[in-house]
Amino acid sequence: MTAPNLDPRVPNGPLADAWDNHRFSIKLVNPANKRRFKVIVIGSGLAGASAAATLAELGYRVDVFTFHDSPRRAHSIAAQGGINAAKNYRNDGDSIDRLFYDTIKGGDFRSREANVYRLAQLSLNIIDQATAQGVPFAREYGGLLDNRSFGGAQVSRTFYSRGQTGQQLLLGAYQAMARQVGLGTVKLWVRTEFMDVVMKEGRAVGVVVRDLLTGEIRSHSAHAVVLATGGYSNVYYLSTNAMTCNVTAIWRAHRRGAAFANPCYTQIHPTCIPAAEEFQSKLTLMSESLRNDGRVWVPESPDDNRAPDQIPDQDRDYYLERIYPSFGNLVPRDVASRASKRMVDAGQGVGPRKNGVYLDFRDAIGRLGQQAISARYDNLMQMYNRITDEDPYRVPMRIYPAPHYTMGGLWVDYNLMTTIPGLFSLGEGNFSDHGANRLGASALMQGLADGYFVLPSTIGDYLADFLNEDPVPESDEAFTRTESELQDRISRLLSMKGNRTVDDFHRRLGRVVWDHCGMSRSRQGLDQALSDLPDLYEEFRASARVPGDGESVNQTLEKAARLEDFFELAMAMCVDARQREESCGGHFREEHQTAQGEAVRDDENFATVSAWFWTGDPSRPELQEENLEFENVKLSTRSYK
Amino acid sequence: MNITLRVWRQAGPSDQGRFETYRVSDISAEMSFLEMLDVLNERLTLEDVEPIAFDSDCREGICGTCGVMINGRAHGPQAATATCQLHMRSFSDGDTITVEPWRAAAFEIIRDLMVDRAAFDRIIEAGGFITVATGAAPEANLTPVPKDTSETAFDAAACIGCGACVAVCPNSAAQLFTAAKISHLNLLPQGSAERYSRTERMVDTMEQFFGSCTNHGECEAACPKEISIDFIAMMNRDYVKAKIQKRRGG
Ligand SMILES: Cc1cc2nc3c(=O)[nH]c(=O)nc-3n(C[C@H](O)[C@H](O)[C@H](O)COP(=O)(O)OP(=O)(O)OC[C@H]3O[C@@H](n4cnc5c(N)ncnc54)[C@H](O)[C@@H]3O)c2cc1C
Ligand code: FES
Repeated sequence: MTAPNLDPRVPNGPLADAWDNHRFSIKLVNPANKRRFKVIVIGSGLAGASAAATLAELGYRVDVFTFHDSPRRAHSIAAQGGINAAKNYRNDGDSIDRLFYDTIKGGDFRSREANVYRLAQLSLNIIDQATAQGVPFAREYGGLLDNRSFGGAQVSRTFYSRGQTGQQLLLGAYQAMARQVGLGTVKLWVRTEFMDVVMKEGRAVGVVVRDLLTGEIRSHSAHAVVLATGGYSNVYYLSTNAMTCNVTAIWRAHRRGAAFANPCYTQIHPTCIPAAEEFQSKLTLMSESLRNDGRVWVPESPDDNRAPDQIPDQDRDYYLERIYPSFGNLVPRDVASRASKRMVDAGQGVGPRKNGVYLDFRDAIGRLGQQAISARYDNLMQMYNRITDEDPYRVPMRIYPAPHYTMGGLWVDYNLMTTIPGLFSLGEGNFSDHGANRLGASALMQGLADGYFVLPSTIGDYLADFLNEDPVPESDEAFTRTESELQDRISRLLSMKGNRTVDDFHRRLGRVVWDHCGMSRSRQGLDQALSDLPDLYEEFRASARVPGDGESVNQTLEKAARLEDFFELAMAMCVDARQREESCGGHFREEHQTAQGEAVRDDENFATVSAWFWTGDPSRPELQEENLEFENVKLSTRSYK
Repeated sequence: MNITLRVWRQAGPSDQGRFETYRVSDISAEMSFLEMLDVLNERLTLEDVEPIAFDSDCREGICGTCGVMINGRAHGPQAATATCQLHMRSFSDGDTITVEPWRAAAFEIIRDLMVDRAAFDRIIEAGGFITVATGAAPEANLTPVPKDTSETAFDAAACIGCGACVAVCPNSAAQLFTAAKISHLNLLPQGSAERYSRTERMVDTMEQFFGSCTNHGECEAACPKEISIDFIAMMNRDYVKAKIQKRRGG
């Protein structure tokens, strides 16, 4: 049974009407009253910028905080491949129902039906909105919008802007928000980091932030706080995320009482460039869309040292096409990643460190010509060439899986409110719509659905009760206490003058999490990690070195604070992974697989959301469960064969 | 590889600043330029020297956060490449490399290699958008956009806002940045209603912060996204039309 703290507030009645009925039944704030409410938005990625712009258009007073120097730097900018929408412009059988079904199935039946259905419905509005803002989506010769296909779907429903879809969508949302900044309805705080949420009488009433240029610690109060702070793949140190992506905002909220859902659901993306050297600081994604035209293979024999173009077809193993004939190279990410790992583990890896597999465009170039392939992917081809110094038009790309996206995040109800009243979470930072595995091109969709359409409608239901109340003054004890706790924490970090660098500990943490809570997990490995992590955390606190002071720019101090939160998160991930005695989506438990190595789910016991509550001991969080009810789809074993 | 670095160190906006020399050894050619700075920073930390402050984030040439002058060239020696995409294989063993922040009156130096580019945001806030409130958009395919128009708009929209164009301009002008956004929006049918008011507001705001353009064209050569100065000509034409329209009371 679902725990009482975790009422998902899913509307009753038929799925197709749920969102409309819900909007009709929740409380509203009338237009004239909206400006009496102040809302704080942390983060200016797709989710935060779209929410801030829309809330301000509606009349709310909005303050936006980002630690970047400009809202346009948020990591959404790096999304390459595209955004899904059930427009059915291709007349290939797509529909809202099909996008809904693909997303639920892709997530391995671990997400809420009503949320996912709403997402599929709103996908249509997102494309309209972005196009009207001037987002230059790819077009056909007739001037209408073009589509391409993406993993996990048999229809072509992905809208894209060359290989820079995230950039263009983010600039659209940023510009909509900039308009509001110009109008004075959004106040923008850059280079300012959210460090804690302020609680009073069980509600979120504001935030404590730190100015990254001066070190000043400040409070800001509001009627509601929205966290749109992105994902936590950097817990692995090496990932496709930007250097500053981190878990701090949602982790600090968790420590104040917000449930953290499914922390172990992380996505390892199949097509990234393998690491070339020891001091590598991040991994680069090669968009999944390349799998439309590239064929994945390894040499049949581990000892085959010939150059790839010298290896004839009969000595190649196109293993995805062989194992999954109906989806072939377009199987979902988790399936593709694990298959590659098996090949590399079996010694069939390629490249100087034997840590990759080939993604080969030879046949597509033969069929369509290099020009056609270059029109689709040239910027990716150039990016690859710049990094590896190899020409992918002539030599197959080398790829390997890398941490990329985190499905886990703050637990939210249908209104996107966390278990803390007044605290909302959007975008990659919440756990909402992707279950145990996210399909390609659906994170942009979710971030924008949350920010443009869901939150602006649902936040009124919470705010309406506070119409005649001013925000709690910043002089209140709730604020001053939170500020001084932060001050103590900063002083403690600054007193760390050991003999190892913060990055060094981050690399070591990353290795433990990658080895034991990465692409495949086992009870034994997780036990090992849970015994190693507290020691490593202790060692970090005793012997890391944080130079400098707290009164000016101090990038090491910023990193150290974020790393502490990663340490605690890593423990929660391992506890969660150990508790979930099944394999589903990105969570693959070695104990739960078929003889062929396919994942085995346990719907009887684990058709649930695992929501963890903070207890004070990061390796002993308290579990509560939300039951997932499936009334519209039949739970089936995912098969892409 | 062994490299000698001359790096600009400046404790804060009001500090004088100076070059410091550091030697870095055992650098691999596969390393990126910023990873080389990371390695140096880890070493400095342990030697009790404050690490060099610099901005970077995506490290794949798309967020526009990074950007330094390397041997007098914005983003270094390689064309169409942001600092974060530069690899040490572009340098030779034994090289001396000089690293400085962007220098422009509108970009105050915050510390070492970090500068303040907030003036760019002010230009966008003045008009770098299409006014369409969420929910008000018509069905996307109602307005066909010719493919080449859309492609040209995209070429302009590819700007990452790094500031290299300003840093290399002898006048510290921001014409290329501003023109890129104006052209992106003005070229599209969706943006045409606000074409002239947008151009006027953005150009006027730009002039509050930045110098004037005297057609040196260095910005185009330094742009990591190879944005064309033809967009500046487009902007200038629209600006003149905007002023004429205004005089006529249009
Ligand atoms: C390389 C790459 C390619 C991708 N390609 C695709 C794709 O093709 N299609 C797709 O659908 N998805 C893709 N994704 C996933 C998608 O881009 C992300 O999930 C999504 O953009 C996240 O948006 P967001 O708004 O939640 O967070 P972000 O864009 O990460 O924004 C987070 C914001 O929060 C701020 N912030 C964070 N913490 C704090 C703090 N403590 N204080 C103040 N500010 C803070 C940051 O400054 C930033 O503004 C890709 C992801 C990567 C990494
Ligand atoms: S760090 Fe993002 S462009 Fe260089």
